[in-house]
Amino acid sequence: MTQKDYLLEVDDLVKYFPIKTGFFKRTTGYVKAVDGISFKIERGKTMGLVGESGCGKSTCGRTILRLLEKTSGNVRIDGKDIFAMNREELRTFRPQAQIVFQDPYSSLSPRLPVGEIIGEAVREHGIIDASEFDSYVTRVMNACGLPEYYKGRYPHEFSGGQRQRICIARALALNPQFIVCDEPVSALDVSIQAQVINLLKDLQKEFGLTYLFISHDLSVVEHISDTVGVMYLGNMVEFSETEKIFSKPLHPYTQALFSAIPIPDPDVKINRIVLEGSIPSPADPPQGCKFHTRCAGCMEKCKQIAPEYREVEPGHFCACHLYDA
Amino acid sequence: MSDQKKGSAYISASESRRITRFNRRVTRKLEEKRADAGKDPSLYTTRMKDENNVVEFDNVCTYFFSDVGTVKAVDGVNFSVPKHSTVGVVGESGCGKSVTSLSLMQLLQRPSGQIVGGEIRFNKGDGTAYNIANTPNSVMEHIRGNKISMIFQEPMTSLNPVFKIGAQVDEVTKLHHPEMSEEAIKARTLEMLDLVGIANKEGVYDMYPHELSGGMRQRICIAIALACSPTLIIADEPTTALDVTIQAQILDLLQNLKDKLNSSIMLITHDLGVVAGMADYVVVMYAGRVVEKGTADDIFHHPAHPYTIGLMASKPVVGRKVDKLYNIPGNVPNPVDMPNYCYFRDRCEMKCDRCSGLYPPEIKISDTHYVSCYRFYETGEIGGYPKSVNVEELV
Repeated sequence: MTQKDYLLEVDDLVKYFPIKTGFFKRTTGYVKAVDGISFKIERGKTMGLVGESGCGKSTCGRTILRLLEKTSGNVRIDGKDIFAMNREELRTFRPQAQIVFQDPYSSLSPRLPVGEIIGEAVREHGIIDASEFDSYVTRVMNACGLPEYYKGRYPHEFSGGQRQRICIARALALNPQFIVCDEPVSALDVSIQAQVINLLKDLQKEFGLTYLFISHDLSVVEHISDTVGVMYLGNMVEFSETEKIFSKPLHPYTQALFSAIPIPDPDVKINRIVLEGSIPSPADPPQGCKFHTRCAGCMEKCKQIAPEYREVEPGHFCACHLYDA
Repeated sequence: MSDQKKGSAYISASESRRITRFNRRVTRKLEEKRADAGKDPSLYTTRMKDENNVVEFDNVCTYFFSDVGTVKAVDGVNFSVPKHSTVGVVGESGCGKSVTSLSLMQLLQRPSGQIVGGEIRFNKGDGTAYNIANTPNSVMEHIRGNKISMIFQEPMTSLNPVFKIGAQVDEVTKLHHPEMSEEAIKARTLEMLDLVGIANKEGVYDMYPHELSGGMRQRICIAIALACSPTLIIADEPTTALDVTIQAQILDLLQNLKDKLNSSIMLITHDLGVVAGMADYVVVMYAGRVVEKGTADDIFHHPAHPYTIGLMASKPVVGRKVDKLYNIPGNVPNPVDMPNYCYFRDRCEMKCDRCSGLYPPEIKISDTHYVSCYRFYETGEIGGYPKSVNVEELV
């Protein structure tokens, strides 16, 4: 078997946020947002990261780009350990890895015209000669389906879908290898969603980009991803190729999550597995398996020992006692 | 709007003054007319066309007289909600689906938002009906929350943070049934909390909204909506702000409640998947008009309007592998300046010569299935054209 070319390697990444109380702001506990997750993404592929809100998927995306400092663990992008870099190294590395945020209404500066929003970082990082700057920005805009005459306009003149295109163009302008898409279509209408998803796919083909696609919309994730990771309360509970995980989900949480997808066909009577209750607080996660409080197949063992995250089938990882050998 | 040349989005000072003056005249006139109609019960009682309907929307026009011109948010909408059934209203944001429901509740921001034409008939149950557009506030107060109630999109913001859950549910019953005793009201509230699946009802009765999760809060909102056993429940995007697993819980709950109660549900959403699982009838709206309506089977298995077809193709479906999603080209037309031909023509890939003529009439293509599209002009039974109101004539 040939060695696979991994662009992103995340190894046992942990991110805790301290809870500070009282006058002296003493740390009284931790919100365990990301609690030891590992995965790899191949170059030019897309990994979908799904889970309920509050499960730590956005924190994970931000920690990977070192927008947040890690608590422990390791992240390597293109072979480089990003937490070992000093300020200067990090600065030169930044253009390699970019992010597209969820809300296109609050992630664009209202005071800058579109051309400047897209071009600011290009100039700052010296991506292109000053003489070619203008034509470069135009080229990037065209690639994202934005006509050139939008350059002098301000964000408030655009609709949600157009703004998301500007956000994508801004990320793309730096010639990145890796883009974290943090719920890029959640705030958009259905028909606009399709436009943005198609754009992301086209750009991937053209520039060989690697995506980490964070979303809670499973049908979108299935459409765009090559591999899918499911997170629950700061842990990865299942990871596999998209087809495998959708045709045969192993973890009870994944099964419940997938059965909850509404299908636009009145004849399909879905056998919904309705999960009782809601996600526990990440500041005080349950003992043993974190999912045992809501799991239908909970065993005695689950309440005591946290299951190991391991390869149950080739290429199919799962953390559940049901599959203990 | 972003595709237009820059100049057209701006209006001159004199034009702006003209619009403001016009709006003031129109809205004053409409307010006066409404106040007059409210004095005489015969002006706001009518008869239902079909006794089996709870609500009939008959060419309803709701316009907003804004500073940039008249926005025809709802322009000649025709549909009805039969008894004991769920009607799903689907469309993108800005298509007028929420304004339709707000018109029914008379919750429009007046004086700029006005029902300028058509009738909304709400069945009283005794052979007569309210004409909501003319009903005065004093009567509306007995309808709102009592006969028609509403579940809003954001459970986070639709509960009052400074009152306990119990007090907020009690309030509804207290208001509409002043004769009930305190104990009876509390018993009723607990019964409602039980009905919406809250296990610890005594405990929750004494809690504040912030102590509950999003799904629990939405259950409380549903309990409030159900407290007076309304004949119609309007659910305005009840699950949009919730997670997938919680969404499943809430949909399950609504489905069960529908069987238990004798209410109809008007489900407003942009998620076709949610509608498919819940609704008996589906109404698809585009740019303030109904473009297609029929049973869930009609809409999902035989979609006829190009917009409906496009909408379905643009949503990725689990288990249906496509290489590229369909996207509907272009944008929704500017609501201040609607074209006089079919609103969808410029984005439509199935347009024909006739599409440049008048806005298409409602065409009946089967007993339950109606569509506004010229593709069926020869084969279907032609119904009425949507009636728009000329605002100049209102003054």
